[in-house]
Formats: sequence, structure tokens, C-alpha cells
Amino acid sequence: MNYSSYIALIPLLPLAGFLMLGMGGKDRFKGSAGGIGTFLLLISAALAAYTAYQYFFVNGKIQDVYQPVTALKFTWLSFSENLSIDMGIVLDPISVMMLVVVTFVSLMVHIFSLGYMKGEERFSTYYSFLGLFTFSMLGLVIASNIFQIYIFWELVGVSSYLLIGFYYKRPAAVAAAKKAFIVTRFADLGFLIGILVLGLNGGSLDFNTLVERLTDPQSPQLVDMTATSFLGISVITWALTLVFIGGAGKSAMFPLHVWLPDAMEGPTPVSALIHAATMVVAGVYLVARLFPIFYFNHLALQIVTWVGALSAVIAAIIACTQTDIKRVLAYSTMSQIGYMMFALGVSGYGGEAGLGYTASMFHLFTHAFFKSLLFLGAGAVIHLVHSNEIKDMGGLQKLMPVTHFTFLIACLAIAGIPPFAGFFSKEEILLAASLHHPIIYYIALVTSGITAFYMFRLYFSIFWHKKTDKEKQPHGEGTVSMKIPLILLGAGTLLAGFIPFSSLVTTDGIPYHSEFHLSFSLLPVALGIIGIATAYILYFRQNDRPQRISSTLGGLYQLAYKKFYIDEIYLFITKKIIFNLVGKPAAWFDRHIVDGCINGIATVTASISSAIKGIQSGKVQQYALYFFGGILTLAILFIYLWT
Amino acid sequence: MNLLLLIILPLVTALAILPLKGLKQVRMIAFIGSLAQLLLSTGLLIAYWKERSSGNMAAMLFEDHYTWYKALLINFHIGVDGISISMILLTAIVVLAGVLVSWKQEKWNKEFFFLLILLSLGAYGFFISLDLFTLFFFLELAVIPKFLLIGIWGSGKKEYSAMKLALMLMGGSALVFVGLAGIYFHTDINGQHSFDLMQIAGTRLPLEVQKIFFPFAFIGFGVFTALFPFHTWVPDGHSSAPTAASMFLAGISMKLGGYGCLRVATFLMPDAAHEYAWIIILLSTIAIIYGALATMMQTDLKYINAYSSVSHVGFVILGIGMLTKTSIAGSVMQMVSHGLITALFFAAIGMIYDRTHTRDMARLGGLLKIMPFISTVFVIAGLASLGLPGFSGFVAEMTIFMGSWQHADNLYRIATILACASIVVTAVYILRAAGKAIMGPVVNTAYESLGDARWNEKLAAGILLLGIVVIGVAPFWLSELIGPGTENLIQKIAAVVK
Repeated sequence: MNYSSYIALIPLLPLAGFLMLGMGGKDRFKGSAGGIGTFLLLISAALAAYTAYQYFFVNGKIQDVYQPVTALKFTWLSFSENLSIDMGIVLDPISVMMLVVVTFVSLMVHIFSLGYMKGEERFSTYYSFLGLFTFSMLGLVIASNIFQIYIFWELVGVSSYLLIGFYYKRPAAVAAAKKAFIVTRFADLGFLIGILVLGLNGGSLDFNTLVERLTDPQSPQLVDMTATSFLGISVITWALTLVFIGGAGKSAMFPLHVWLPDAMEGPTPVSALIHAATMVVAGVYLVARLFPIFYFNHLALQIVTWVGALSAVIAAIIACTQTDIKRVLAYSTMSQIGYMMFALGVSGYGGEAGLGYTASMFHLFTHAFFKSLLFLGAGAVIHLVHSNEIKDMGGLQKLMPVTHFTFLIACLAIAGIPPFAGFFSKEEILLAASLHHPIIYYIALVTSGITAFYMFRLYFSIFWHKKTDKEKQPHGEGTVSMKIPLILLGAGTLLAGFIPFSSLVTTDGIPYHSEFHLSFSLLPVALGIIGIATAYILYFRQNDRPQRISSTLGGLYQLAYKKFYIDEIYLFITKKIIFNLVGKPAAWFDRHIVDGCINGIATVTASISSAIKGIQSGKVQQYALYFFGGILTLAILFIYLWT
Repeated sequence: MNLLLLIILPLVTALAILPLKGLKQVRMIAFIGSLAQLLLSTGLLIAYWKERSSGNMAAMLFEDHYTWYKALLINFHIGVDGISISMILLTAIVVLAGVLVSWKQEKWNKEFFFLLILLSLGAYGFFISLDLFTLFFFLELAVIPKFLLIGIWGSGKKEYSAMKLALMLMGGSALVFVGLAGIYFHTDINGQHSFDLMQIAGTRLPLEVQKIFFPFAFIGFGVFTALFPFHTWVPDGHSSAPTAASMFLAGISMKLGGYGCLRVATFLMPDAAHEYAWIIILLSTIAIIYGALATMMQTDLKYINAYSSVSHVGFVILGIGMLTKTSIAGSVMQMVSHGLITALFFAAIGMIYDRTHTRDMARLGGLLKIMPFISTVFVIAGLASLGLPGFSGFVAEMTIFMGSWQHADNLYRIATILACASIVVTAVYILRAAGKAIMGPVVNTAYESLGDARWNEKLAAGILLLGIVVIGVAPFWLSELIGPGTENLIQKIAAVVK
């Protein structure tokens, strides 16, 4: 079957769900919304799986190289002869992989929500928003044009806004939604300007053309962009850095990550879908899309590397101190995305040199499974105890066996313990880093130990720590619809690591065989086990050791607990500086100076006219006097000027 | 297709309203009349496509000449191109929506609808005029009804606002008139002066003349389109006006200015436009950023939309000032787009105000629970206004950005970056307003018994939204519609730039 005959259905079916459920208001499909949404997504997911099978195993390879296929393309808006926004569908290894990830995780979330969101007043609105998000995310991953990506980029942003603010009666949710949108929009400003630079200087908005031109050192566009510089930095570096700012905002990279922890105000399945598995990796995906161009620009690639590595370690440290289960997971997401980011940064191009790239995509893939599993598990826990705080949990292992078991699998995966999925992808990242960038390698190594620690801190605190208290939690683990996704994702977490990624996703489409080095893995795994053991000592049973450690650390602990005061810095800049020192004066200036002048003219006119209105008194004698006076004056002037 | 119908139809409707008695009759006639306007303009659109596809590439279609005042060679010369048709369609949609939201207009309803329809007459006349004098005539025709609409049916400090608006617009008109007279007296077509736009466009006015009269014409029209620093009538005027008048003011009236800047000032005096481009860009960039910052500080919903209009219409002027084909096309798109979006926004605010009798954000809150439809419309209007893809604003703004970036000059680049930056500020104030007024807990429990939108309001929101979404989802037809028109403009400008 030809791709173009059905491929558009993959994004369009969720869109149809959005429109149908959205137009129906909150009552029309009150009972059936979940079923409709899930069914549509099931078809989408099946089609995506079929596409992946076709692409990877049947006809994607031409002479052993995976070729990009443009399955669909039309001009949506034309700016000038060579610049236009084309809407298209491009199939290449990463977009096909993302199609599978997005539809599968979204399907799991749809199913999970059947139970989790049951009885919610705006149940059908919820499903319509999920449809909108899935549509936008799919549109993003299949984009053939950099402006198309930007369009869907904004759309995922707004779906995220709507879903974070889903519980709109809670001021915290509204504030979080607003924050997420504004912070990412600020980053998107960079993206937009980057697009303008790339588009106008590169002479095209099409990904293929751009990559072709900007990787060829002889092309006039690249020559021009390298030769011209602004503030001492070449235009091409500016363009790539600006685009990367957009990616960093969406992927919650330091220092634009502040929105992600707050975004946890949204319903938990939403966090699993948007803020763990799909939307937040869009930044990584964007860099991967433009990777060949990045590869030829050392400086931009260094920025990507360092931002990624810093985010990975900072987020991991903060995660150790947080007490809200979802916030811990949020920071862990940020940290893992940092891994994917710097993996791209340390990657080479072509063949085995592109290991970092493959590893990054591999980690993106496995992370989608275990992180959404963690979030859905957290959702099940929250569903049971009605609290996000770790202190309200503990001893849940007997109450919720399925959740407990799958959560453990996911924790082992993220800690990098073999044979779970995270182990394989993280090993590849570490290997790539150790080959190309030793400093980054050590940062990543330490971070992976911290990761194991905070994840098992979470695990022990939730499921052990206290005695099981059956009276306090009268109802059970949750509906079947909540357990199925956990089990399926758990299976994914067990198996995904065995996929030979290097023979599917590579920088240049040419498959290669990646070696597995047992000796290399010993150190990271050992560090992981040390992390787990530390967590065991501190959190398996109730004790005062964590307390003592945190008071010993004192200021350092506070610093991490307060998230390095980054939020406070932002608040200071926005509230104090932008609002008070820019906005208020502007508004005042407008009302008092600009408008004051206009009113002043009116007042002056009015007072002049009232001053001279006495002249028009209506007395004929006076007019006669003016008349003759005037004639006299004119006559005098006339005579004088004439002579 | 006879374009005179566009003038006759509103005239007949307005006159037919006068002898009627009772709100029901009046609004029915007004509704039928404005619906007929919409059908007529859709018919015009179809006729236009037919002409174009049959290969008629004339600059103006459906032209007509009537001698009006022979001594001064004032002709009633009318004709349309894609740009004017998009403006006419915009007018028809906004007027119909305006009639629908005024469905319960109790006080002096006959006079209200009469004036509203009269306004549309002025707008149509303006957009089809190809003679500078008649163009000016229709521009004036659209000022007095606004004064009355605000002064009589307005709210707040309505007398002050009405007076301010009328005086400032009259002042703008005076400048326009000087500009037009200057053009007239310096044309020499077969030994005679001319008011004919197309004839003048065929010649090239002397540079000195252009340099003197371009500022008059541009600033004069600029007052209508809230050019900084002549924008101060906008916040007061928009917020004091009754809902339908606000919709008309922001939706159409400001576009008269933008259209004038483009069609008259820039088209007829391209040398001067090129010469003064940097001033235009400077002023419009100030309007964009400064309008957005001032919006951020407002607490009254109408003031928010009024100030944001200053910022958004700044894009129109920016696009014109950039003088590239793409930017001018974007500028026209922005006129249509902003007209629809702002009308939708004012409609939603009006619906909220009708029920709660307040527009103060702090006293609203949690409306989504009480009136889901109106709240959704408000949020959608907000999202459209902040340039979300899928709505018309995105398309227009991106086209302007693309067009502006084509200049490699630093001033132009900085202006473009600042204009881009304004979309972040827009997001701040829109989401702040939505967060306070629409979301959150219900602040005033007395509101809980209030009803949601009625059918007429739903219909009004629906047609506006349809326009916004159609442009946003399928922008290609709009850019094709205005393509030949902008091509004509740009050819004249390109001749100068080279």
C-alpha cells in the first residue's frame, strides 16, 4: 500500500476527535467521549505501527540506506518565489519512530484516562484536548518544512496550556498553564527569528533543501552565512543557536526549564503524555532534524552539549530534594532530556561516528516508555491516596501490586540496570560521550548515580517506608483500564532495549552494528547500584537519617530544595523589572504625556476660543468699528507697502 | 456586477428602518439588510474569481464612471481589486455580527441601527472609490455616526470619548484633505488636474510634491489607524462605545486608515514613501511594542482590547513601511485578520458586560463555569489575537515578519525583532486576562445565575470565528485573492526603489 493513501489519517483522526468532542460541548458526548477518542487513536496507532513496519522492514531501504520519503506535500502559504510554508509528511527513520512513540503513548494515556478521569465534569473536553494534542504532536514530527514544525510547535504549546489548566478552578493550575505557555513562547521567539534567518539566508524553508545547502561548504548560502557575522559570531551560528533556544524552551532545558515542574498541575495522565514522553522531547527532535547542519557548526553544537549536560545534572540534584512525587518525576524528565540533548552534542556524523545521534534517539524511545509508565503509576498512586506528597504515601506495595511491580521495572530502567530498556540506551549515550567528550562523560556518569538514588528514594518512600495501612485506603488499585496501560508499558520497558537501534536510526540512514562492551558497562551499573543501595539505607524504613543529612548539608540542601532560586530570579525580572519599570511607565506615559498633549491641545484651543469669543458680541456698532478699523489698517499697510 | 449595489443596499436598508416602530421590526430589517450585504459581497467575491479565471487581469474590475461635479472634474469612479474585496467582505461580516449582538438594543433602537447601517455604507463607499474626492467623502461619512453612537449609546465617560474621537478623526481628515488637494493640484493629465486614483497612479508626481504631501496623507490616514502618537482616541473611544460600535470601530474603521495609507499615500507617492520609510517603521514599531506594554497594565477588558488593537494595527503600518511585496500582502492580511479577531473579542467582552455589568478583570472570575460558550469564545478570540496557528492572526503576522526580514539593513532587522518580541508580550496580557476573568474560582456568587449566550450571540460569534478559522487554516485563498492587487502596488514601488 502506498503511504500517501492513508498516512494523513494518522494525524487527522485525532483532529476529528478534537473537533467532534470539542463542538459537542461538555454534555453531548459525556458518556461516550472516552470511547470515541480511544477508538480513533487506536486506528491511528495501528496505522502508525503499520507504517513503521513498512518503512523499516519492507520498502524504506534503497540500496541499504534509509531514504526520506515525502508522502504528501502542498503549498500552504507562499511568501515569495522560493519561500513558502509547505504542509507535508516526511517519513524517515526518526519521524517514523516518533509516529509510533506518539500514537502508542497517547493510546495508553487515552485508555488509562478512561478510569482515571471517570466522573470528571469536563470528561469530553478532556478527550477533545487530548485529540488536539495528539494531532499537533503528530503534525510536528512529520513536518517537512521548518515553518510547518513551528506551526505545530505552537499548537502543542497551546494544547499543553489547555491541559495544564484543565482544572481551571484551581488558581495554581491556571498560573502554571500561563507560565508554561509564556516561558515556551519566549523561547519560541528565538526559534522564530532563527527561522527567519535560516529561511532568508538559506533561501528555503524546506528541511531537505536547507540541510542540503547548509552542509555543503561550497554552497553560496553557507559561504555567505559563515562569512557574515553579527557581534563577532557568524550568522549560521546565530541561526542555529536561536533555533536551539526554541528547542531548549520546549524541552525544559536549563535555564528555560522553570515551567515544567509547575506544569504538573495538570491531570497526571497528561503529564505522562505531554510532559514526559512526547512534547518535551520536541526540542531534541528539532535538533536531530537539523543535526547535519549542527554538526558542521562547532560552536552551536557545543552550546547544545553544555546546555544538555548542565540540565541533566542540575535537574538530578534538585530531584533528590523534592517531596512532590510528580515534581520529582518532572525533574527526572528534565534530566533525562538533558542526556538526549548532550548525546546529540557529542555525536559525529556518518556511520559509527554517529553513535551519539543513534543513542539520543534510542534514549528518547525507551524514555517514552519508562517515563510514561512512571507517571501513570504515579497517577494510580495519587488516585488512591489523593495526595501528591511523598509523606502521605508509604507501604503501598500490598495495596497495589500491579502498580508496584511496573513502577519498580520503570525505576530499574531509568537507573540503568540491565536488562531494562534504559540501560541500553544510556550505555550508548555514555559510550558516545566517553569517546568524544570526556568531561561530559564524567558529568553523565555522576548524574546516572544520582538518578538511581532519587528514583529509588521515590520508590521506597511510596511503596515501603511505612506499614501498610489498609483502613486508610478503602478502595482498590483502580480500574482495569488503568492497569492495562501499566502492564503494556511495563512490557515495553522490558523489551524496548533489545531493539537494534543502530541498524534503524542513524545520522545518514546507513545501518551499522553497534558493539556492546561489558567492561564499559561495569562502572555505570555499579554507580547505579550504589545509588539504589543508598536510597535503600535512607528510605526503606522510617528513620531520621535523611533528616540528619539534610540538616548537615544545611545551606546546600536548601539551595537544591529551593531549586537554586531560579524561579525567584525570573519573578524578580518579570514582576519587578518588566512590569514595574517598563510596563507601568509605558501605560503612565501614554495616559499622561501622549494623551496629555492631545488633551492639552484641546484645552488650549478651548481657552483661546473662550478668550476671543467676546469679539463676536452681536453688537452691530462694535462690528462696524472692527470693520472700519480693519479697512483703516489695511489702507495704511497698503499705502506703506506700496510706496 | 454593479458595484453601486454596495451603496444602494445599505442606503435602502437604513431608510427602510426609519419609518418602523418597535425593536422587533427594526432589528429584523437590519438583520435582513446586513445579511443581504454579506450575500452581495460573497457574490462579488465569486464574480471576481470568475473574471480572474477567465483571464481578465485588469488592475480594477467592475469599474464604473459617473460624472459628479464636472467643474472640478470630480467623478464617481468605482472599481475593485482583491484587496478591496477582502475589505468589503470584512465589513459585511462585522456589520452582520454587530447587528446580531445588538439584538436587545432597547434604547432608541431605530436610530441605533440606522446609524450602524449608515456606517457600513461609508465603509463600502470608501473601499470601492477610485476617485480621491469621493473616497474622502465616504471617509467623512463614517465619522459622524461614530460620534453619535458613542455619545448616545456609550458607557463610562462617553461624552468625552465621543468628542475626543470625533475631533481627532476630523483632524486626521483635515490632514488627508490637504494631502489629497496637494495631489490634485499637482497632477497634470492632458492639461487638467485629476482626482482619479488610477490616472494619477499612471503618472509620477514630482519628488518635492510627494515629500510635502505624503506626510499629510499618511499621517491623516494614520490617525484613523492609530498611528503612534495619534492613537489616544482608541482606548477611550473603543471602551466607551457600545459593543457593535466598538466592533465596527476596531474592526473596520481603523482599516479605513490602513487602506488609505496603502492605496492613496503609498501607491500615489511611492518615492516619498520610500524616503520616509524609516520614520514609518520607527513609529509603527513603537506602536507595536509600546501598545503591547501598555496593554499589559490594563484591568478593564475593553481597554485591553483597545490597546492591543494599537499594537496589532501597528503591524499593518509596519508591513506598509517595509515596502516589500510580502510585507504588504501581510499588511492587508493583518487588516482583515485583525478586523475579524478584534470584532470577535469585543463581541465576547460585550456579552460578558451585558450580563455582569462590569469589565473589570478583578471583579470577574470563573466565568467558564457560568457561561461556557461566551468564555470559550473569549479564550478563542484571545488565542487568535496572540497569533496562534490555525487562526488568521498567525498567517498575517508571519507574512509581515517574512516580508520585513527581507531587508538586510540593521534598522529594519531590529524593528522586525522587536515586532516579533511583541508576540510574547501579547501572550502575557491575553493569558493574564483569560486567567483572571474566565478561569479561576467564581469570584462573585451573584453571577452564578447568569445565562449563557443566546442564539443571536452564538450566530454572531460563529460567523466571525468562521472567517478567522478559514483564513487561518487555508490562507492560500486569501493570499491569492489579494495577490494581483499587491502586485500592482509593488510594481509602482519597485520602480522607485531601483
